[in-house]
Amino acid sequence: MLNYTFRRVLVAIPTLLILIVITFLLMHSAPGGPFTSERPLPPQVLANIEAKYGLDDPLFVQLWNYLKGIVLHFDFGPSFVKKSQTVNDIIAQGFPITLTYGGLSFIFATLIGGALGVVAAIRKNTFIDYFAVGISIGAQVLPNFVMAPLLVWLFTLTLGWLPGGGWNDGALPNLVMPVIALATSYMASIARITRSSMLEVLNSNYIRTARAKGLPERTVILRHALKPSLVPLISYLGVAFVGMVTGSVIIDVYFSTGGLGQSFVNSALSRDYSVMMGVTILLGSLTVLFALLADLLYAWVDPKIRY
Amino acid sequence: MKKFTTTLAASLLGATMLTGAAYAATVAAGDTLAADQTFTYRLLDEHSSVDPQIVEDVSGADVVRDLFEGLMNQDADGNLIPGVATGFTTNDEKNVYTFTLRTDAKWSDGNPVTAGDFVYAWRRLVDPETASAYQWFGDLMSIEGVSEIIAGEAAIDTLGVTAIDDHTLEVRLTASLPYFPLMTTHGSTFPSPQWAIEEHGTEWTKPENIVSNGAYVLTEHVPSERSVRERNPMYWNNDETIIEKVIALVINDENTALTRYLAGELNRTEVPTGQYPRLSEEYPDQAISFPRLCSYYYTFNLSDNGPEAFQDVRVRQALSYALDRSVITEKVLQGGQFEAFTFTPGATAGFEVPSVPYAEMTQDERDAAAVTLLEEAGYGADNPLTFDMLYNTSEGHKKIAIAMTQMWKQKLGVTAVLANQEWKTFLETRGNQDFELARGAWCGDYNEASTFLDLLTSQSGYNDGKYANDEIDALMLEAKTLADATANYTRVEQILADEMPVIPVYHYAGVYMHTANLKNWPVNNVEQNWYSRDLYIAE
Repeated sequence: MLNYTFRRVLVAIPTLLILIVITFLLMHSAPGGPFTSERPLPPQVLANIEAKYGLDDPLFVQLWNYLKGIVLHFDFGPSFVKKSQTVNDIIAQGFPITLTYGGLSFIFATLIGGALGVVAAIRKNTFIDYFAVGISIGAQVLPNFVMAPLLVWLFTLTLGWLPGGGWNDGALPNLVMPVIALATSYMASIARITRSSMLEVLNSNYIRTARAKGLPERTVILRHALKPSLVPLISYLGVAFVGMVTGSVIIDVYFSTGGLGQSFVNSALSRDYSVMMGVTILLGSLTVLFALLADLLYAWVDPKIRY
Repeated sequence: MKKFTTTLAASLLGATMLTGAAYAATVAAGDTLAADQTFTYRLLDEHSSVDPQIVEDVSGADVVRDLFEGLMNQDADGNLIPGVATGFTTNDEKNVYTFTLRTDAKWSDGNPVTAGDFVYAWRRLVDPETASAYQWFGDLMSIEGVSEIIAGEAAIDTLGVTAIDDHTLEVRLTASLPYFPLMTTHGSTFPSPQWAIEEHGTEWTKPENIVSNGAYVLTEHVPSERSVRERNPMYWNNDETIIEKVIALVINDENTALTRYLAGELNRTEVPTGQYPRLSEEYPDQAISFPRLCSYYYTFNLSDNGPEAFQDVRVRQALSYALDRSVITEKVLQGGQFEAFTFTPGATAGFEVPSVPYAEMTQDERDAAAVTLLEEAGYGADNPLTFDMLYNTSEGHKKIAIAMTQMWKQKLGVTAVLANQEWKTFLETRGNQDFELARGAWCGDYNEASTFLDLLTSQSGYNDGKYANDEIDALMLEAKTLADATANYTRVEQILADEMPVIPVYHYAGVYMHTANLKNWPVNNVEQNWYSRDLYIAE
């Protein structure tokens, strides 16, 4: 297992390197640059600015200096557009925000979605099942860009209970709507995955055996059925977790939370090369890390899987 | 020509002094001040910086105007009034200006504001090391030595600005600029604290490090979410400031911002396109619309890359004539915008909108003329005119473009194929003359017609259609040396109406929601240079 983990970490390095190179080249091949504006700068002024940011070097030199900065100093460079901030600043400021609302959404989605799925599976074809499936399908067809305005209409404009947006250091009233809006569709997927895998497990031979030896239903479900039914869910949760904690543009734009999703999109649009690269590397590293964690968790829930 | 006359009339008398009381928040009779003097407004996007020499966006400049104070300020009508300088004198050639600084101006850390702080800031602005995008503004100010410094051929201490003593600043120019003092209301000319910048480097604008000399200090900054500025007790005119705290919230989406405004979280936000009629009906005391110094147009590509058809002036005129501008302003935008027949907005100081023939016609007459012109040019049912029309991706631009293509289709049988591109790609495409007809918009850098008309001179870097006319070049060059250039501007607009290198569509209006208790907003300042210290919140 240790050996396996070590090998996976080693493989991650070239993976990330390839990601960096491709993103770098794609970014630089997009038309325009960070200093392209409606009022083109006089050539001498543009030259001074490009010299300051090293954009006058050949591309491979820029890439090399960039990689050197990351490896030697963990320095992702200055933002080309938000002149008084560095990429490290922007990530240090935005990531905790998305991590907070994304993490809460993840917990919320997993607990409620998981519970709905389990209950629906146990009470298959009863009113409870239809209710749970109904909720999850309803949530699935309400993507966050529909949920967000609906929530604001209800809680802010109609009831006046919650502020319409802002972060406010993550105060509870500011968190409620982003978390619900982000969690609902994930919750629906989790509920459906849990239900179907639970049903499959409940129909298997060893559950019949467990029931046959007279174990109470509670023990059958919690002790024997739940853990193996998690396998398909885990592969989904790995991806879902990264998706949620790296932020959603919709949530950031709609609720003005100031998270990373917004910086990601804005940096691409404004050709803020360094911010774009920094966020991509963060996303890439997290994806690699959680894919690995999910694989390790498999071995824990399913003894048949060995590394 | 309000702003110019102050200085011009004065300068006729030789060396003069501009004096007058500083403008500050004056409470209207009958108003009682609210207990909570907090002003909260919406920002479209995180500002680029609050460093006066680095900032390059409008919302950042608004913050800088609160945090720092330059030599001169503007009042609610855009007139020049004293700032850190109590006044200035100039010579007959108007190429040497001497500003007298007030002695009671202080930085937020208690240090006095001296002429040396301005010398430092202005050198910093043009220093290639600083790499400010506003180096060109230094160039525009025509300060001695500026071009050589930007080109890296001269040391920064050769810049023509000298601190004669702590409270006297002398500026030497390479050209006669009667409007030079106006330029000192621009954020990039504001002083900066050398000691703080040297101590903290690029981190000096963080709330814990910043030292500023304006009415407010930055107390909190959560990038992409909010920035908060509070009263600076060291500010020389602090006694007459009323607003205690200004909160700027970053809200990307204008509809979300409106929702939060309606929920009572904001004092000010933009009205989304098309919603002004509804809002002004529901909230007559809150929805406001006022003219802005901006022009919206479409430019023909007249370079060698452009289509053959646009080389024919009759085609350009036909397309412009057939455009019913009232449909755009009254049916699409609906926010009090103005139909445009000239490139320069009528709101520009000292600009008299000249009578151009096609503006005098009714729309029916224009439509008829358009049909004739296009026929004469040889286009019709057997030889239909088709071209590409490019705009940057946005719902608002799309609506306007669709309306325009429909009018051309119905009236002239012309097919305009719409294409949209993301902003930076669009700028690159347009800048490389890789288009046929492209959208453009221009907001004045200062309140005078040349800020618009210079764009259509052949050497302008912003002339994306590559229109060239020797007479316009000569008229605009001459205008720079004239005390009153109105006749030149009129002639240029008449040439533009004849040759139609661009299709003027409309002139902007600022369309906002302001809570009824937010007072003193300078709606008459067309540049919208507002200062929080002039505002107050009534009961």
